[in-house]
Amino acid sequence: MDIILENVTKKYGAQKAVDNISIHVKTGEVLGFLGPNGAGKTTTMKIITGLIAPNKGDARIGNFSVCEQPDEVKKLIGYLPENNPLYPEMPVIDYLHFMAAIQGVEKSKIQERIYEMIKLCGLNAEKHKKIGELSKGYRQRVGLAQAMIHDPQVLILDEPTTGLDPNQIVEIRKLIKELGKEKTVILSTHILPEVEATCDRILIISKGKIVADGTSENLRKQTSGRELIRVRIEDGNRDEVIRQLQTLDQVGLVDPIRGIDNCYEVQSRNEFSNRRSIFQLCVKNNWMLTEMTPIETKLEDLFRDLTLN
Amino acid sequence: MNKIWIIAKRELSSFFDSLTAYIMLVAFLGFSGFFTWLYGADIFLRNQADLQVFFSIAYWTLFFFIPAITMRMLAEENKSGTIELLLTKAVTDWQVIFGKFLACLVLIMIALALTLPYYLTVWKLGPVDHGSVWSGYLGLILMSATYISIGIYTSSITNNQIVAFLLAIFIGIFFHIIFDVLAQSFAGSIGGFFSYLSVSTHYESISRGVIDSKDLVFFFSIIFLTLILSEMRLAKRNIAN
Repeated sequence: MDIILENVTKKYGAQKAVDNISIHVKTGEVLGFLGPNGAGKTTTMKIITGLIAPNKGDARIGNFSVCEQPDEVKKLIGYLPENNPLYPEMPVIDYLHFMAAIQGVEKSKIQERIYEMIKLCGLNAEKHKKIGELSKGYRQRVGLAQAMIHDPQVLILDEPTTGLDPNQIVEIRKLIKELGKEKTVILSTHILPEVEATCDRILIISKGKIVADGTSENLRKQTSGRELIRVRIEDGNRDEVIRQLQTLDQVGLVDPIRGIDNCYEVQSRNEFSNRRSIFQLCVKNNWMLTEMTPIETKLEDLFRDLTLN
Repeated sequence: MNKIWIIAKRELSSFFDSLTAYIMLVAFLGFSGFFTWLYGADIFLRNQADLQVFFSIAYWTLFFFIPAITMRMLAEENKSGTIELLLTKAVTDWQVIFGKFLACLVLIMIALALTLPYYLTVWKLGPVDHGSVWSGYLGLILMSATYISIGIYTSSITNNQIVAFLLAIFIGIFFHIIFDVLAQSFAGSIGGFFSYLSVSTHYESISRGVIDSKDLVFFFSIIFLTLILSEMRLAKRNIAN
């Protein structure tokens, strides 16, 4: 099922939380929603789930309008809200049973779905415990199980991996990728490697507006006109090395790396590669070049570029 | 209907899991039993085979117990954010409100059902006017439903259970006694107006065995009005302004 947002605007008082956003997410796509705190990620997700209505525009899931057919839409969506609210006094299994029943899963299939979810989310040892007794990671799993219990076509996950340990994070990412093959998934996160690992497409949002949209390679290319390498040059005077490096045509910026002797970060000018000329410079001056590592342009940099202004 | 019952069932099991239900039942039966059978103007002093004593005790005990069970209904969900979870499921706001209302009503009905042995005991002791006993129970149920809906409304407007409790008592006390007192101090149509607003007027006329449509209209209009207000409160998030 496609998720389509058309010119969605949501205001809280005078402040625009979401400002005229249009998104089209196709079936089988995992969309990563990035943005600083307060950028409008959660609000956008709440609009898609029908929890709050937009001031302008509409969201559609498949052919159903969120504003006009909320009941149909709710059946199609599995939603993990931010902070993962749960009923702490309920045992895991009862909780999942309640969620399945309320989502309209057929009575005969409820047990089967619960066991499937318990297996999928690794909750078997905890299934009879009360949710309030579980650790944060397990609660997160219960939240995910709850979101997927009715086998929804669309999954909206607001920060799904918070509170999980590294092993669980890997598992959950794998799970999301797996699910993303058939379903449409939107997830939000602050963790940049996470989107790279799980998402087919990345959307960066800042102050309610979309500022970047594309695959992680595409986004990287936007910043990667420049080449960034780390070099270690020994036997040379530090200031002399920096001065000489900067005289090279291809070199844009030279930064000594703090804390490590003889190490420099060298950025090339746009569309140039500076590796060969650095090597030749070292040969000419009889310096010892002991390390040269290309540094991949990071999504972090793009993220900061786009959202800090 | 099915969804309403699913929600009500969850609320009920959470009552029983968290001991709220047991404490409420024990306290209700304890208080009303003590004053009905053992203390003061009890049933023996009255020397009549009826349950008037119990009904007038229950009139007050329920008044205080009901806000205590309704206060967490929506306030807690607002606070913990589970309301967000519930409202994004395939249920309407109405089903959520009715489910919670039904859960409280069922708990009260369980409490009242546990007082049926009083009825049987009195029946053994002398000739009982069965009609007035049943209409007394009906009066209690209608009164309870009224205060439950008020309690659910006050619970819907806050995320603090204590505020919900106190507000429910505050609103309830007007219907419970203040309007009645005002009715006695004003003459004429103003007095009649306050008397009409007083729950005790309608409760007494029903528990006397007179089931008048006027009284039913009164109870049901308060119930529906407050439930509609609660629903509007939930739907407020969803109104584009």
